[in-house]
Amino acid sequence: MKVKYFAWVRERIGKAEETVEPPADVRTVSELIAWLTAQGDGYAYAFEKPKVIRTAIDQTHVQPDTAIAGAREIAFFPPMTGG
Amino acid sequence: MTAIVTVRVQREDFDTAAEIAALSNGRTDIGAVVSFSGLCRGNDHETPISALTLEHYPGMAEAEIMRHAEQAMARWPLQGLTVIHRFGRITPGENIVLVVTASSHRQAAFEAAEFLMDYLKTNAPFWKREETEDGGSWVEAKGHDDAAAARWAK
Repeated sequence: MKVKYFAWVRERIGKAEETVEPPADVRTVSELIAWLTAQGDGYAYAFEKPKVIRTAIDQTHVQPDTAIAGAREIAFFPPMTGG
Repeated sequence: MTAIVTVRVQREDFDTAAEIAALSNGRTDIGAVVSFSGLCRGNDHETPISALTLEHYPGMAEAEIMRHAEQAMARWPLQGLTVIHRFGRITPGENIVLVVTASSHRQAAFEAAEFLMDYLKTNAPFWKREETEDGGSWVEAKGHDDAAAARWAK
């Protein structure tokens, strides 16, 4: 699946998007965050406070317990500050 | 006449008067137009700011604003609304965001404009980075913005 990062999540990981293939036992958004956290120092820094991180699946806001099955694009970002 | 809903996410500036005219010209069923403009300030409390850079999530930004525009249309008797949100580097005094709502009477137009702005702040995927003398930093989300959006939930 394609994963996108924005704002300081993007800066800490050092890339705007990538394709990842997590193992089958990674089923929810929070499980995906935990798996990504173990992929390197930048990921650990970006996800050091997982409760702060917001997630969208296929461009719609979702919750940490949302299943990721079937997702084409998952985005992680800080709380939004537009307007 | 049919309602006109316009949502644009763009780098370039916008003309507030022209956007209001586009919504209301040639119609006789609109009695109230409310517009809100969000501008770039030259300071954050005591800290001078030389510019803001707005990052956004292309595709989702438009989709999320449109979802809230449709909610506003369903919730209030509006003749039309326009939302424009800029991205990229914006200097103090420049426009960032515009919300225009049109209705037969003022209450719906006022409320819908406030609803749209409250949700834009907390749900539209935009992130502001401030440029200051020390370099720069990402703007932190504010709790009072969450509270402002939450009061519309019911």
